[in-house]
Parts: sequence; structure tokens; C-alpha cells
Amino acid sequence: MNAFAHLQLNVNGQVHHVEVEPRKTLADTIRENCGLTGTHLGCEHGVCGACTILLDGEPIRSCLMFAVQAEGRNVRTVEGLQDGDRLHVLQQAFIAEHALQCGFCTPGFLMLIVGILEKYPDIAESQLLEFLSSNLCRCTGYENIVKAALNAAAVMRTAR
Amino acid sequence: MTTTLRRTTWVGASVERLEDRPLVTGKGLFAADINFARQLHMRIVRSEHAHAVLKNVDTTAAAAVAGVVAVWTAKDIADLPPIEFREGPQPKLAPFRQHVLARERVRYVGEPIAAVFAEDPYVAEDAAELVTVEVEHLPVLLDAASSPAEFAPGLSTEAAVCKQEYGDIPWAFETSIHTVALDLAIGRHSGVPLETRGALARYDAARDVLELHGAAKVPHKNRESLAKMLGRSLASVQVYESHVGGGFGIRGELYPEDILVLVAAMRLGRPVKWIEDRREHMVAANQSRQQRHDIRAAFDAGGRLLGLSDTFYHNQGAYLRTHATRVADLTCAILPGPYVVPAYRVHGHCRLTNTTPTATYRAPGRYEANFARERMMDAAAAKLGLSRVEIRRRNLIAAHEMPYHRPVTTLGDEVVYDSGDYELLLNKALAQAGWDDLERETAARRSRGDLAGLGLAVFVEKSGLGPTDGVRISVDTSGFVEVITGGASVGQGFETVIAQVCADVLGVDYRRVRVVHGRTDRIDTGVGAHASRATVLTANAAAIAAEKVRAKALRLAAQLLETDVARLTIVDGTVVPKDGAPQQGIGLGEIAHRLRPSAGTWGGEDPTLAAEGWFTTPHMTYPYGVQIAVVQVDAQTGAVRVEKALIAYDIGRAINPMLVRGQLVGGFVQGLGGALLEEFRYDASGQPLSVTFADYLMPSLSDVPEVEVLLTEDAPSTLNPLGIKGAGEGGIAAVGALIASAIDDALESPGLITELPVTPQKLKALIDARLRKRVA
Amino acid sequence: MKPAAFAYYAPRSAEEALHLLETHGDDEARILAGGQSLVPMMAYRLARPAHLIDINGISEFGTMTTEADVLRIGAGVRHTAFYDEVAPGPTGALLQNVVHHVADHPIRVRGTFCGSIAHADPASEWCCIAVMLDASIVVRSARSERSIAAGSFFHGPMTTDVRTDELITEVRIPILPGDARCGFAEFSRRPGDFGIAMVAASYRILGGRIAEPRLAVGGVEHRPRRISEAERALAGATPTRDAFREAASVVAAALDPLEDGIDEAVFRRSLLLALVPQALERAA
Repeated sequence: MNAFAHLQLNVNGQVHHVEVEPRKTLADTIRENCGLTGTHLGCEHGVCGACTILLDGEPIRSCLMFAVQAEGRNVRTVEGLQDGDRLHVLQQAFIAEHALQCGFCTPGFLMLIVGILEKYPDIAESQLLEFLSSNLCRCTGYENIVKAALNAAAVMRTAR
Repeated sequence: MTTTLRRTTWVGASVERLEDRPLVTGKGLFAADINFARQLHMRIVRSEHAHAVLKNVDTTAAAAVAGVVAVWTAKDIADLPPIEFREGPQPKLAPFRQHVLARERVRYVGEPIAAVFAEDPYVAEDAAELVTVEVEHLPVLLDAASSPAEFAPGLSTEAAVCKQEYGDIPWAFETSIHTVALDLAIGRHSGVPLETRGALARYDAARDVLELHGAAKVPHKNRESLAKMLGRSLASVQVYESHVGGGFGIRGELYPEDILVLVAAMRLGRPVKWIEDRREHMVAANQSRQQRHDIRAAFDAGGRLLGLSDTFYHNQGAYLRTHATRVADLTCAILPGPYVVPAYRVHGHCRLTNTTPTATYRAPGRYEANFARERMMDAAAAKLGLSRVEIRRRNLIAAHEMPYHRPVTTLGDEVVYDSGDYELLLNKALAQAGWDDLERETAARRSRGDLAGLGLAVFVEKSGLGPTDGVRISVDTSGFVEVITGGASVGQGFETVIAQVCADVLGVDYRRVRVVHGRTDRIDTGVGAHASRATVLTANAAAIAAEKVRAKALRLAAQLLETDVARLTIVDGTVVPKDGAPQQGIGLGEIAHRLRPSAGTWGGEDPTLAAEGWFTTPHMTYPYGVQIAVVQVDAQTGAVRVEKALIAYDIGRAINPMLVRGQLVGGFVQGLGGALLEEFRYDASGQPLSVTFADYLMPSLSDVPEVEVLLTEDAPSTLNPLGIKGAGEGGIAAVGALIASAIDDALESPGLITELPVTPQKLKALIDARLRKRVA
Repeated sequence: MKPAAFAYYAPRSAEEALHLLETHGDDEARILAGGQSLVPMMAYRLARPAHLIDINGISEFGTMTTEADVLRIGAGVRHTAFYDEVAPGPTGALLQNVVHHVADHPIRVRGTFCGSIAHADPASEWCCIAVMLDASIVVRSARSERSIAAGSFFHGPMTTDVRTDELITEVRIPILPGDARCGFAEFSRRPGDFGIAMVAASYRILGGRIAEPRLAVGGVEHRPRRISEAERALAGATPTRDAFREAASVVAAALDPLEDGIDEAVFRRSLLLALVPQALERAA
């Protein structure tokens, strides 16, 4: 027990060498060992979604996974969304639509939406809304998050 | 003083927020994101008993864990006083304050008993589990409406009774034609922001400065309290606010953990970091709303209020925290709302119980008061055979009666409604919603077995609590503007709004304005962000300061351009002749350069292109609103679906309508939580039952209806030059009342809903009981 | 909410996993599949396994196949696999419908069908479906393999027939006939929340009457079960609203609801009066 594991984690295309206990969550590891604090902890029991990241392209709760499980997988976090200084279409949409207030739930929503739109580009609005119900926001009342997601989806579809 | 905003390029425009870029790119700095070299992690050991005598706390095993540097109990901080009330000492209430770590007794599950300091948060949690606590159980009191018990020898759990009274209540009830009496309850719930609490302390021994990072809401007030508590000079305590994941009134008060990290940083000689986890938050952060009202109203034959009498029991939780009895006090003051109430009597019993301490949560005292009063108005309508609209019409304070002086006081301020045309807003809201059509449609649906109902609530809010705020504005030699404020951001868009106001006065692009907040080391005073005051006070102070900077720039430019001030204006950061070409102008940066201290002469002005501005307001300002909603009830399951809602709100003046709408809609959805979903529950022994997000349910996207916002500016505040009233609490304040009204209508049962939250189980039981009554 | 420490193993084969279970089974060993139920419990330190055996690397567990009218769902198959129709006819359609009631999308990406069965939360949709469809749960230890009928598998909340040295390797679901009709109805506070009550039903229509009725109730008692009294009442009846309501009364009377201090028996019974007809009507 408490034996440390040496891992190579692939986060946003970069390799991070970390040394963690098996019990250290992927969320904590990303935040502390990789220094990427954009992924947030809101509940640590998998409900709020603030910790959502993309694992091999799919949105998951990084608080419910251990870092040791992520070796050899492709991890994407909010820090990897932009292209240099150019914001991702969804990030721009969030700003334009006032889809954030305190910003704490925002990275989780961004990764959730990006993951869904990349995997299901022609997703029906009702299905998108069902998926968006996965994450909690306490500030905005959700309406602008929905607007931003729908706008970005439209832009991403035409860009293909 | 007059401040006219000459070019409303920015004010009134829904411009994008300055705050957003770091937040959407994951570069925000929330408390948990801050790290200092060699920091220790603090973990709190919390009481597992609701009420007990502490016989022994054994920390030996915990202290022996590798990586643990110290374990403290009350004896290690015996010199610390209890946490003081934010507004200053109140001797009668002093015995009810909370100590940083429990001394002889614990009074709620979650109360801090010990603190572990370790190299790593996982280790700290391991060690905390090894602290053993021996107790002797004491009887548990949970209900504020039952008789008070003993808080301590000679001290009752009824800490205070807040009272307001005017007019002749007995006469009002004697002469009334109709009276209404209701027994109402609002369930315990709270802000529950998505970011849990956190605090980091660092002691800079080189300069003898103690720093608290992760502050929020009222950095300056807190710094004052902390300095006093720790016996340090104000200048030797600095508070830093970075990003804050929602406040809603519950974050930013001084809690035991904030004190502990500071003392530990000094004594242990290393920075100390504390990040609350969610389970802790659900038992330790301030809760709110739990009140029981015994409300009676007297009406004349025409449905006009003669008198309002209310006795309520306010569940204060285990201790009086920084807010003392403020929430009960606010309830007393705002209960009459938008109506003429010739005689009024309210007694608010602040009672302590063995539950998590309670304090302010967005629209504190008002969510509760609005529920009680609007339920009462609906009941009166039913009893008198008037429509819910008509009874309100007959009692609303008229526009020509403004400013309206209600002989009650709150927060040291008389209640004077500065401006408002309540009936106008009611009419606009009814028209916008298509009230008459909605009545017909919902009635038709009900006749088909589709139980749809329409709800209404009218209310007055409060904002802009003064007395004073000040800012400092300076322009640098590149023409960039910095505004240093004592405000705070909890995510509401404070920086953007201040920047918009400055930019309009100064004639610059708002994106060239940097707004500093939450920093006690940059400015000595501040009002922070609460009570919807930041925009009202800070924006007005900023406008005043910006006006002075503008005037100074124009005076110097007039000299340099050899013309009169009256001929000049500022466009996009350049001072230009009003009728001339831009190249004849001189940039603000150039003017700042001319005014730099090393220039030697400054054209008769003081050096630097900078100024301070102070704004003082005698009273709070009172925005107001009307809310309408359509709900559908499933009589088989008790489920309630909110289909659509209209939030009508007069805000005086909207600096950024998009941000105002965001506040209103966000608040509205939180209000739905309190009406239908959220409740902190306890078992009979005082064990909290709502400790995960699977028990404490908050609205998700699927719970949110179509929301329309009708923002009006019909009654600008007369108390500040910008005419603004605050928006922060207008969305949430009447939602409990609104949904109850709609459910009653859906079930054609006036007065059915007397308690929040309306869970399916509760509603189903009410529906069944009513069916049995009808059959019988 | 950091988990207590544990020894971590990532076996690459079923044999390796079973050997680990044999060695550590009596010393607080738990299987980590999706982790979406286990890890939250570990965060609350309600579960404190000394040994955590991660089976995500065992590729043979990741398969799902249909053979001889049986759908075989391997231990590693994620909930999202059921977004597509995984079996012909009503069985696949039913699973595709029910998956949208299981938690939410990110949980479904990691969580596993067999994990839900092993976890045996009375409010689990898959447990209710497994019981309705008479699934068999295949359980292996290092020494033996056995198959347990879903009707006998669930003993109570979070309690199943699985022993400490065993793990579930697959769940086998008999595929319903092509003309079977299925319906599912659940009541929860918000979509994706734990089901306070749920009903899964299927039947065929032969000669205008209900044949081979199946009706399982979940979320209400300490384990999901088929309500044979209701099935008897439905068999041979014409599929009318009245028959469905009658079946609902039979169900409500036959139940022994959980009292968890939050949702009371009276309420759960009344929910079933609404949900049973809903499920039966959706099947029609």
C-alpha cells in the first residue's frame, strides 16, 4: 500500500512523468502533478461534472478514475482546447453568449460539449440537451450554455 | 452632483465580459489552484454528534502519522476569541458566537473539533480519521418552532426576538371584515456554490505581513475583523481575492477555518492551505431559509389591508455567526413588500438549534418573507372572491406615494422605497405574459385533465447598501486605464460593469480598462460584493472618479492645444476638438506622460492623470419585480413541471442588460431549487441526511423552463446619479411564492401549498388528503 | 474526500484476476470495473478496499455477442454500448430505451452493465431489466464457474450471491421473441437520478390477448423482482387500460416497499399505480 507508481500520462498531446499513489485520482493528478488547474473539483463523487475531461475523446468524470488507470490513454483538458492564441469555437461561443458567470463549472461543460459534438456532430437538439443535463451550473440557469452549445454545433458542422 | 454619461457607447450595451478569457481557457485562479512552496494542508476533524459534552479529544495517533506536522485542538488556540459579528460587538448576543475549535461542547454535526496539518491532503485526511473524540450526549433540539431549551447555563436558545411595529394592530383586526391566518414553513436550503470553500494563509516574516488568499465577498471587512481578532495592525494583514466559484451570500463570511489557516501559518512557519470537500460543505458552510410563519392579515370589505401581523421562528442553527440576527431582521423589514400596510407587527424569534449555523443566502429574509406574504395575498383573494391580480392592485403602493417611508428599520437604515411604479410593472408583466390568455388556456387544459396552473408574485427587493464606497482611477502613459476598487467579484461580471461606466465617462474603449478588486493592499476600503451593492456603490464612485480624470485631462489638453475646454471632447482615448479632425488631438496616454511626476511642471495641475472618487448614499435603493409562471402537476405522482416563466424587474438602469439577465435567470433557477428540490434534512438525532449531491438535489438543465425576462427602467433610483438598482437578488426572491401560487392554481386548491420545498411525495399526500376530504 | 489507501492490481487476463481474488478475496478486495459506483463510495470512505483489482485491461471481458438467442454481455461492456441496438428486435430496443435512464452520459462512458449488476443498488435500472428478462449471471472463481438466475441473484441492497473470491464475467440475457412488446417507466426526481420506482414489462399478444407477461418492479423493494401476482392477472387478459390498471393495483398490494426515511411506502405504492399502466401502455 502507498507504493508510488511512476506513470507517463499523455495530456493534451504532451507527456507528463508523474509519481503518484494508486489512490490519487486522475483529477488531482492533472491538477497537481501536471500543473493543469483548469479541471476543477466540485463534489468528488461524480455528480457535478466540474471535473469532466476527455479520455480517448469521450467525456468522463476525472474524479472517479485513478491516475494509474490513465496510462497509455489520451487525455484532453480545457487547456488543450485552444490552438495557440486562437480560442476554440466553443470557447468563443461561451463568451459571446455569456454562458459563464463564476466560471467554475465552465471547463467541465466545455469538455463535455466538445466531446459530444466531436463524436456526434449531427446530434439532435433534444439528445444534446439530455447530455448537457449531465453537468451542474449554479450561476447561469443554463440557458446561455445551451445557446453557446447550439451555436458552436452549427459552426462546427459547417466547418467540416 | 451630476454625472452625465455623455456617450452611452458602453453603458446600456450587452458587451462581452472582460472576465471571460481566463475562465474559458482554464487559466482561472480559484483557491484550490493556488499553491505556495512548502505549504501544509489542513484537514478539519468535525463533530459527529449534534449536541454533546466533549470529554476527551485524543490526537496522539493522528500526530504520529508520517507527514503530519501538527494536530491542534481548542487548547492550542486558547488565546483566540470567538468569531465576532461582522457589524461589530453586540453584548447580548456575544455568548452565542462560535469558537474556532469547539471547547467544552459541540453543538452541531460538522462543528470543528481539531485541525490536522500535514504535507499532503490525502495524508491529512488519513490522520484526521485517527483522532478519537469521547463525548457525553446531550439532548438535541432541532425545531425552532418548539420551545427553546438551554443553550448554556442561564442562557436560552432563543437568542433574540426581532421586532417591528407600527400602527394599531388590535384595531385593525377588530374592525376588519375579513381575516386570513396561515401557518407556513420554508425548508432549509442554501447557496451551495459549485466551488467549495477554501483558504490559504502565508506569513511573510520578512515584512511581518500575514496574507489570506482565497478571500471573497467582503475582503476589507474581513481584513478588519481578522486584524482585530489576531491583535495585528490593519497594514500587517492583507487579503487577496482571486477567482471565486459563486458566493450567493454564504462564501466570504469569516469561518473558523479562515482563522485557523492564518494562525497556523504564523505559528508553524509555513504556508497553510485548506480546501473544503463537498461532504464538509454540506454540514459546515452556512445554511439558510428555514423559517416557520404564523401570519395573519386583516382586510376591509374592499380587500384592502388594514393590518399585518406575523410571528415567525427563525432557525439560526447552532451559533450566531458573523451575521448575528441579520436575516431575521431583514425578514421583518421586507415582509410588507410592495403593499400599503397601515398597521404592522412582526416578531421574529431567532432560535438556536443543534444544526448547522444559518446565515444569509441570496435574497436573505426576502425569499422567506415573500413566500409568507404572497401566500397570504393569494389566500385573501380566495377568501374575498377577488382575483389574485385584483387583490394586489388594490393594495400596491402607488407611484405618486414615492419616496415611500415605511416606519421600520433594517441594517441600521430606515426603509424608504426611493422610487417605483409597481402597478405599471404589474400591468406590463401581465400584458407580456398574456395573463388573460394563459388563464383561459390553463383552465381549458385542466378541464381535459391536464393540470396546468398559473402563478403570480409581486415583490420589492433591496440593494445598494451604503454608506460609502471609493475608487481610484489612473491612466498610464500608454493610455490604459486602471480602476482600483474595494469591490469583489463572485462571478457576476463586476469588472465589466465598472469598466463600462468608466469607459463611457472617459471616452475610451472599455477593453482598455482594468478593474482591480478584492485586494486590500491596493486600496484601504471597500464594500465588497453582497446585498447587490457592488454595482450601485462602486459604479457610482467610479463615475465620479472618472469625471474628475476626464476634467483634468481636458484642462491640460486645452492648454496644450491652446483652446477652451468647452471645445474639446474625448473619442476613443484621444482628446479632440469637437468639430475638428482627430489628428489635431492628443491621446490620454500623452497627457498622462505630461503629468508624470518627473516632468517637473504640470500646467498648474497635480502630477499624474489620476483621481479618487467617493460616493455616499443615505439609504438603500429598492428595485422591484413581478413573476409569473405556468406549471403542470402530475396528480398521480406529485411531480411538478415548470413550463415557462416571466421575470419582470425594474432595475432603474441596466449597465449591461445581458449580465442583468444572467443574474435574474440564474437566481430564478436557484429559486426553483428551493421551491421544488433542495432541502437540508436531519434525522431525529441531528444527523444530517443531505450530504451528497444525490440527496441534496439542485436544478439541472432538465429542470429549467423557458424563461422570459422583461427588464424595465421606469423607476431609476433617485439616490445615485447613475440611477441604478442592483440585480443580483431579483431573480430568486419570489420564486418560492410564485411556484406555490401556480401549484395551487393547477390543483384549483387555494392555500394547498403551505410548505417548501414541494416534493412529489408531499404534494401527492396533499392531493390524496384533499381527495379524501371531498369524497367524505 | 480522498480514498483510503489500497494495493492496486491491473491483471491482463481473467485467470490473473481470479487468482488475485483467491489470494486477497478475504482481505477486503474489490473489483474495479467502471468505478462509477465504487469510487464515490471510496471517496466517502464508506468502501475501503485494501486491494483493488482493476479489470479494465482484460480484453476478453470487453465483448458483447449474440448467439443462439442469448445476448452475452461481458464484464467490461460499458453502458454506452447500449446506445446502439445490440440485439435484434424488442430486446435491443428495450435496452436502447432504458440506457437513457441510467445516470448520465459521462457516467455511462465508463460505467459497466455488469458493474451495475454486481453493485446491486435497488434503484438500478439494469438490475430491474435483468430480473424482468430472466437473465443469468455468470460468476467465476479460480476454481469454478456457475450461473445464477437473476431472480435468485439479488439478496438485498448492495448484496448479491457473489462470493468474495468470485467475479461476474458476463450476464446472459435471453432474447425475447420478435413479436414481444416491451415497456419501461421510471419515476425519479430528475432524469438520471436514482429511480424511486420503476417498472419493466413485456408481453406478447396472441389471439388478441396478453400472453407470456413479464412485469418487474425496481427501486421500491430492497431488490428488484417480478411480481407473479400481476403477471397472473395479466395473462389471458385483453390489453386494455382497465386491465393495466387492475395489474397496477395487484402490484401495489403485493409490494413490501423499502422505508428509507425519505420516500415512504405509501408514496412508492402510489407511484406504481401510475408507472405500471405507463409501462404496459408503452409496450402496446
